[in-house]
Amino acid sequence: MSVLGRIRRISGSLVVAEDMAGIKMYEVVEVGSEGLIGEVSRIEGDVAYIQVYESTSGLMPGDPVRGTGNPLAVELGPGLMSQIYDGVQRPLEGIRELSKSIFVKRGVKLPALPRDKKWHFVPNQQAKPGTKLSGGTVIGTVKETELIEHRIMVPPNVHGILKEIQSEGEYTVEDIIGEVESDGKKIPLRLYHTWPVRLPRPYLDKLEPTEPLITGLRIIDTLFPIAKGGTAAIPGGFGTGKTVTLHGLAQWSEAKVVIYIGCGERGNEMTEVLERFPEYKDPWTGRPLMDRTILIANTSNMPVAAREASIYVGVTMAEYYRDQGYDVLLVADSTSRWAEALREIAGRLEEMPAEEGYPSYLASRIAEFYERAGRVVALGDPRRVGSVTLGGAVSPPGGDFTEPVTSHTRRFVRVFWALDTALAYSRHYPAINWLLSYSAYADTVSEWWRKNVNEMWAEDRKKALNILYRENEVREIVRLVGTEGLSETDKLVLFTARLLKEGFLKQNAFDPIDAFSDPKRQYKMLRSILTVHEAISSIISQGTITMAEVEPVITDLVAQLMRGRYTIPHDKLEEFDALVEKILEKLKGLQHAR
Amino acid sequence: MSAHIKDKKRLSGVLESKEVMMIKGPLIFVKASSGVSYDELVEIELSSGEKRRGRVLDVSTGVAVIQVFEGTTGISTTGTSVRFLGKTLELGVSEDMLGRIFNGLGDPIDGGPAIVAEEKRDVNGDPLNPTSRAYPKDFIQTGVSAIDGMNTLVRGQKLPIFSGGGLPHNLLAAQIARQSVVRGENEQFAVVFAAIGVKYDEFLFFKKFFEETGARNKVAMFVNLANEPAMIRLMTPRVALTLAEYLAYERDMHVLAIITDMTNYAEALREVSSAREEIPGRQGYPGYMYSDLASIYERAGRTVGKKGSITQMPILSMPNDDITHPIPDLTGYITEGQIVLDRGLYNRGIYPPINVLMSLSRLMKEGIGPGKTREDHDDVYNQLYAAYSRSQELKSLATIIGEESLSPTDKKYLRFGEAFERSFINQLPTENRSIEETLDIAWNVLSILPETELTNVRPQYIEKYYRKG
Repeated sequence: MSVLGRIRRISGSLVVAEDMAGIKMYEVVEVGSEGLIGEVSRIEGDVAYIQVYESTSGLMPGDPVRGTGNPLAVELGPGLMSQIYDGVQRPLEGIRELSKSIFVKRGVKLPALPRDKKWHFVPNQQAKPGTKLSGGTVIGTVKETELIEHRIMVPPNVHGILKEIQSEGEYTVEDIIGEVESDGKKIPLRLYHTWPVRLPRPYLDKLEPTEPLITGLRIIDTLFPIAKGGTAAIPGGFGTGKTVTLHGLAQWSEAKVVIYIGCGERGNEMTEVLERFPEYKDPWTGRPLMDRTILIANTSNMPVAAREASIYVGVTMAEYYRDQGYDVLLVADSTSRWAEALREIAGRLEEMPAEEGYPSYLASRIAEFYERAGRVVALGDPRRVGSVTLGGAVSPPGGDFTEPVTSHTRRFVRVFWALDTALAYSRHYPAINWLLSYSAYADTVSEWWRKNVNEMWAEDRKKALNILYRENEVREIVRLVGTEGLSETDKLVLFTARLLKEGFLKQNAFDPIDAFSDPKRQYKMLRSILTVHEAISSIISQGTITMAEVEPVITDLVAQLMRGRYTIPHDKLEEFDALVEKILEKLKGLQHAR
Repeated sequence: MSAHIKDKKRLSGVLESKEVMMIKGPLIFVKASSGVSYDELVEIELSSGEKRRGRVLDVSTGVAVIQVFEGTTGISTTGTSVRFLGKTLELGVSEDMLGRIFNGLGDPIDGGPAIVAEEKRDVNGDPLNPTSRAYPKDFIQTGVSAIDGMNTLVRGQKLPIFSGGGLPHNLLAAQIARQSVVRGENEQFAVVFAAIGVKYDEFLFFKKFFEETGARNKVAMFVNLANEPAMIRLMTPRVALTLAEYLAYERDMHVLAIITDMTNYAEALREVSSAREEIPGRQGYPGYMYSDLASIYERAGRTVGKKGSITQMPILSMPNDDITHPIPDLTGYITEGQIVLDRGLYNRGIYPPINVLMSLSRLMKEGIGPGKTREDHDDVYNQLYAAYSRSQELKSLATIIGEESLSPTDKKYLRFGEAFERSFINQLPTENRSIEETLDIAWNVLSILPETELTNVRPQYIEKYYRKG
């Protein structure tokens, strides 16, 4: 029996309903005659406080409110890939076709997965009638896109004896493809199942994140790497390039599946992804990026309550693909808007505010979200290892990193890519500040680099960082006394730091060559700069030749080395060696002249 | 939001109440039997016979909270009758509104005939479906080098001007409105102008400007002056953008929407919020200000299958020239960049005083390059940014350690910075530079620097454009 009550009060996205005895916390309800979707966020006696995910304009006290008996859940099955959903998993493409309008009209109801589309299902050899199945076991596959072999799993909470399974063939998501008997009950299996978004999907075991998630962005992979199953925050004031960096991650990273949540951000940014990703090729597979991407869009002008939900909708989908054994990257732009949605909802519920009006449970909600990342062994057979890597943008008001969302997020993530306004003003992109950023995975992933790229990776990474750190100190000195009083070594530090910044850290996201660097190219570029640094260092340490004499001799070649990031393609890395070779020769010539 | 209220319990669309329980700030609390709906439009008749309008902000069984647009001055708990009109605030739209002047709620105030509406539209609008949007990529030449060269505007963008008291933002907005063209096209355009709480002389400036340029018949003005009720300010931009949407998406026009001054809008929003005793966010502004501002700024763009577009240019004054103040801060997070005016440049006599380092156009990359502007544009603007920011750094260093202690190259950077401001940024309010002129001036100033410093420019462009000697 579903609960049926009526509206008592409407204030913005909050609807208060009475006669709601029996309603459950976080149950989904249908509000008003249009059946607008909402979620129960507080219960007092028979009065329920409801967050409505659509505009409440036109609702009246006395209008009906119907309980559905279920918590907010998402549909998980083939057909998710390449879709764009709103914050509560309604397909926006479908809404457009159905409503024949360029606007999102409210009250439109559509299932998340297309019901009429037939999928080619191939049952697993092992999945024979009579076998014992535990939750999560793969019973067959569907080719969802060219890139994704969708593994159809028994829902995590279902286990028992497989009674029946359909043979290979074409099925819609609603067709029953098998049956499990559990405690005498018969449970039908379909290509999809649903899962409540606020409940993390279970797994067998969590593993340590040791493998880097290569992103193709040099400052990230080389200086502040992220591991598969890791967590990262990317805070920055407006205009510092959060979105461009996140688009870069979504575009180039080595993940099998990418879920991009546009949470309270610009409509055009979602459009950009929608237009570009079908055209752009995944650098790892050569297929259109859209084949591995799911978008969730709650743009800044869409209802706020759905913004709060969008994060959970996205991460639940991510866990679902993780359970299939895939590496999933989820990027959320921006978690601050999600936190503000929490604040707005808490405000309407008249909860006692903590810092800056945010509710006191802000920190625990942020922690819960990031805790859903991880590299895990999935439930069921066969053994599968998958991961969810979480990257969240943070938009601190006024660029102030001490505000609540940034400071709490910092406690729960292990990588911090701090964007810097000063760098952005000089169009140094990505504007990740190397003094403020850090990665706790730098040590854990160094083994991978040692094995796959170069033995000296960890040492060279430290060298580069030390030069950058030292440069900062030297610049302090220059600010007081000018460049005159500097030692030759410090002058070299300034020289190399510029080379690192211009020739390595800066990366143009829109240049065909520069936008993406694989690990080998990254290391080659870094090593080239360090080789030049070391050669100059050994010359000036003899005390006879100064930086003022060195610089003019090699300035042309060094300019070429700096331009190398966009002039030397991946298949011509030896040109870096040739350039370095020329520079070394010039330096030798300088020594011989003495 | 556009859903019409369904009359389930109301035989006629109108419901009346004469019981005003409380009056507080811009709000009145009215006893009403069931049937009042959220966000409904209300007509309030005072005992004097004067009629005002408002909307329902909160409704519970028995009580409705109403925000009165024209203010509550003179309203009494007795003798006032409140009629619930059974619909949200709508604007009757028509192409004939171009060339006319309206008040902040969309009623004509120029003495002309009433508008015969072709269609009625809810002023709140609906969010554009992201799948219906088309990414903006048509270059708009504004004729202003600091914008075209460094922060290119494209059609369908929302690009605000962040200004301060006494800075020439109006002059700049007018110059942009006059000079803007998409090259090689001759399509229908229109300007929708919303004045929110501005001083009369500012309104007069724009009115005269549109008349003098002969663009009068292409402009619809919605005006709420500084001495008019503050609550109307919350509706004025919505009313103006409703017309803009109609012209763009139903009449295939390219609309430029100029909205000034958004700071006054935010102040009005704060006033309502504090009257409702809501928990404030930063500096007393409501926690939902981000979403609220977004519901205005996001009403810009291009859509798939429609010819028209809305390009938005809101103007806001930064209180105390502080860009981290909540109003510019939240705006910057929503809009696609910002043009920041700078008092230092203004005092040095530079017009337009655009601080290019703090300014940004997020949609620039798609609007420039071969076929749109020129092949070297991307590299040139990157180089100008890198070099100008270096020059500014060196300039502040030189004030401490003296210019003499700088290296010869660094001194060239100082000269470059000076020339960049004097000849690239600086231009006359009547000067309309083509993009080629802008880029040529850029190369003039870049050529002050040694060739080897131009590490952001591809060698083939240096070869072609760099001026040796």
